[in-house]
Amino acid sequence: MPSIRKPLIPLAPLPVNELGLTLRDYEGGMSTLCAGCGHDSITAAITRAFFELSLPPEKIAKLSGIGCSSKTPTYFVSGAHGFNSVHGRMPPIVTGANAANRSSIYIGISGDGDSLSIGAGHFVHAVRRNVNMVYVIENNGVYGLTKGQFSATADVGSSAKKGAANETPPIDPVILALSLGATFVARSFSGDKGQLIPIIKAAVEHKGFALIDVISPCIQFNNHEGSTKSYHYVREHEIKEIDQVYIPPSGEITAVLPEDGIVKVKMFDGSTLAFRTLPPHYDPRDREGAMHYVNQARLRREIPTGLLFIDEDAPDVHELNSTTDTPLVDLPYESLCPGSGALARFMEGFK
Amino acid sequence: MTLSDNLETELNHTSRYVATSGVNDFAIRFANVNGTGSASANNLLLKSIFRMGIPVSGKNLFPSNIQGLPTWYELRVNGKGHTARASEFDLVVAMNGQTYREDVASLKSGGYLLYDSSWPLPKELMREDVNILGVPLSNLCTEPFPGSKERVLLRNIAYAGAVSALLDLDHSIVSEMLDEKYKKNEILRSSNQIALTIGYNYAKENFECPLPIRVAPLGVNANKILIDGNTTAALGCVYAGATVAGWYPITPATSIAENFLKLCERYRTFEVTRPDGTVEVKRNFAVLQAEDEIAALGMVVGAAWAGARSFTSTSGPGISLMNEIIGLAYYTEIPAVIINVQRTGPSTGMPTRVQQADLMTCAYASHGDTKHILLFPADPNECFSFAAKAFDLAEHFQTPVMMLSDLDIGMNDWVVDKLEWDDNYVWDRGRVLNSEQLAELPNFLRYSDPDDDYVTSRTLPGKDSKGAYFTRGSGHDRFGGYTESPEAYQDVVDRLTKKLQRAASYVPEPIIKSKPGSNLGVITIGSCEAAVLEALEILDEGGVSLDYMRLRGFPFDQSVRKFIDDHENCIVVEQNRDAQLRSLLILDLGVDPNLLRSVLSYGGFPLSTKSVVEGIEDLIKD
Repeated sequence: MPSIRKPLIPLAPLPVNELGLTLRDYEGGMSTLCAGCGHDSITAAITRAFFELSLPPEKIAKLSGIGCSSKTPTYFVSGAHGFNSVHGRMPPIVTGANAANRSSIYIGISGDGDSLSIGAGHFVHAVRRNVNMVYVIENNGVYGLTKGQFSATADVGSSAKKGAANETPPIDPVILALSLGATFVARSFSGDKGQLIPIIKAAVEHKGFALIDVISPCIQFNNHEGSTKSYHYVREHEIKEIDQVYIPPSGEITAVLPEDGIVKVKMFDGSTLAFRTLPPHYDPRDREGAMHYVNQARLRREIPTGLLFIDEDAPDVHELNSTTDTPLVDLPYESLCPGSGALARFMEGFK
Repeated sequence: MTLSDNLETELNHTSRYVATSGVNDFAIRFANVNGTGSASANNLLLKSIFRMGIPVSGKNLFPSNIQGLPTWYELRVNGKGHTARASEFDLVVAMNGQTYREDVASLKSGGYLLYDSSWPLPKELMREDVNILGVPLSNLCTEPFPGSKERVLLRNIAYAGAVSALLDLDHSIVSEMLDEKYKKNEILRSSNQIALTIGYNYAKENFECPLPIRVAPLGVNANKILIDGNTTAALGCVYAGATVAGWYPITPATSIAENFLKLCERYRTFEVTRPDGTVEVKRNFAVLQAEDEIAALGMVVGAAWAGARSFTSTSGPGISLMNEIIGLAYYTEIPAVIINVQRTGPSTGMPTRVQQADLMTCAYASHGDTKHILLFPADPNECFSFAAKAFDLAEHFQTPVMMLSDLDIGMNDWVVDKLEWDDNYVWDRGRVLNSEQLAELPNFLRYSDPDDDYVTSRTLPGKDSKGAYFTRGSGHDRFGGYTESPEAYQDVVDRLTKKLQRAASYVPEPIIKSKPGSNLGVITIGSCEAAVLEALEILDEGGVSLDYMRLRGFPFDQSVRKFIDDHENCIVVEQNRDAQLRSLLILDLGVDPNLLRSVLSYGGFPLSTKSVVEGIEDLIKD
């Protein structure tokens, strides 16, 4: 929920979703972030996407590391279990939780410092394992909670609030994830809810690791002239060349997109994603093409947004492990303990 | 005292703590080059002696290396069951030119030296007071085994053949074991049998077999097994119902995770037929090889938060990395089982050598005020039962539990009682609320309403939104909410102190062996047991009577305090430089430091009886 509290009694009856829940049921505690923080817009988009998907709150598990971004899981779906863990270590914690209970919907909220500096080692391995989760990087290029140090995504030449310019090459989480075999890679802008909501919905439906890198300006420490993560800069340099529409399992493609140039991807749960791409030969199922395109755009100082890559066929962590369909937490003890007879037989091998 | 007096005292000592060698009482040292396949030959002898019903131990002193460095295997046979590491040897099999000098020096006067006499006796091996047994192992193997690689391996089996003849091992048992081992590979089976026979026959024809040091069947191993502690620890995790393991390879803990995986593949898999008719083997477990130990424990904590029994196995450097998440689990009250197979530190230290030097770092792991439940197994049998117990304690108290094994227990084969499992065992999942229980509550508050053990109830994600709460490593109050209030913060951490105090009466009680009238006590821990018990027997024979207490868990129970109070003073025997167990006793029980003295061994080899006897005698003299 954004910083400014809304009235508790709605003026008109709020619309309900398939579960009979209202948007309010997907909200959380009051945000303690700065007014105008891009992260609050992302929270609002998550809230809306989860509401529209009619996700049962108890099936949602929201986890984070440490930093401004990592505070946000408290601000949405108060009926879901949350875990604000330690700096950079959210990916292994989700990996373990997911291994134990594959029936939950995992969303991890991280920041550029959390994911690409202290937790870079964990981030890359969660991608490699294709852990079934939504992974949001609230990317502002700066350490906000410690007041304004450069992060690993700060562009060369961008300047800090106090004026010093960054000279260290940045890590681009999109290119990094693509190179690691990520199966769902998107980039968006916190100021563009219209684009972000369908991306979040598609990420939830994706089987495997779904990265959403969201440029999210830090209103306090990285929204000035010279920053490349400011509202102004992103609005000037964003190119929305890839549009996508999420279509639920039962739904049909509505008329938002012209038929020509449309690419459709069947999702794991039977839903469909349809893309319209402006670059004539861009195919979001072509990893090499996506990497090349994003790299070229970066050299032009452009920020392409949208769902940049998707692979619905790659095995996720459970398929790779051949885990039983029953969540491990639900297995009765009897199915886990081989018993005294088996032990006695096993002992024979040590005689 | 003059230098010669000193020497004389030492010699007198020697004659006291080394029992006269003979039938079912001797020690052998095999000096090998690592990576040459000597382990098979040495294990063959160990297992054959075990099958003859005689107490035996094998200590593998190996380098942190794959090929080319010195490695030793020490085998001790003792009819009375004393199988702590020997410090002097009756027979040395010298197969490594790099270490001839020290190997021959480790022989007792009158002992036997077996060397490869295909070449002249090297001058480093010459010693007048020992019996030299030359076996031309290389020459004997040249004709039957033309391949050089094969010959290197089989030369070891040939010396095993010679040793088995010299020690009067039951040839049919030794030969049968090779048949068992290579039952699926006829070529290897037959070449190993040939090598064994070559060595056996050569010894029979050229030496007076058997030697005075030899074995005689005893039949005391009927209910025993020969097994290492990493296998049994993995079994304990399987039997406790652990479903998730997160781990990172590290010597000497690697084989726990690997064994857990193998055991689960054996006991926890089932087949399903896919729609296309193909068969898939499904798994009722997940073993996750992590990117580092931080992630390994992160996975464990994530899985435990979600409600699975989960564990990691590691060694000292892994514990150092895990510190941050140990604190997270302690403060958020999430169960976690960590098996630490201790090796020699600090830093990389000596990765293939043993120590008990992680006691302090584990007892209070992580920044801030913390304290953790520790279990100290002494042998592979306890590794099994304690590993299983660790899960009950972790879930009951909602906190990390660390089992501190060590390299000696974890990687060497020990003769122990057969493992047993009670099929009536019921796992203790601790206070976890289900939907029915939640329905009866007005609302759920994570850190409120503690029970007699100061444990509060928790809920699992994915089950019921009424149980939803926010787990946080940041300051929280009894309701689970974020706080920076001194009172609300202290309220929670003060309960944690009491919770850990309660845990003292749940950890395995100490093993105490008292003699009437003894006012001196010996306190020890873990793998020190065999050497300490033998040392006490030797000291007792010399008229020094000491009581014995082996600690098996931390925090310490009042029975530990009582033992200390009941004695004039106590000697703490442990394998680290800084007397960490002694420090823990002082810190946790408030014992007067003057009442506890130390015998310390920390060079990295398993504790020998000799060092304990000498250490205690030195203290008593003062």
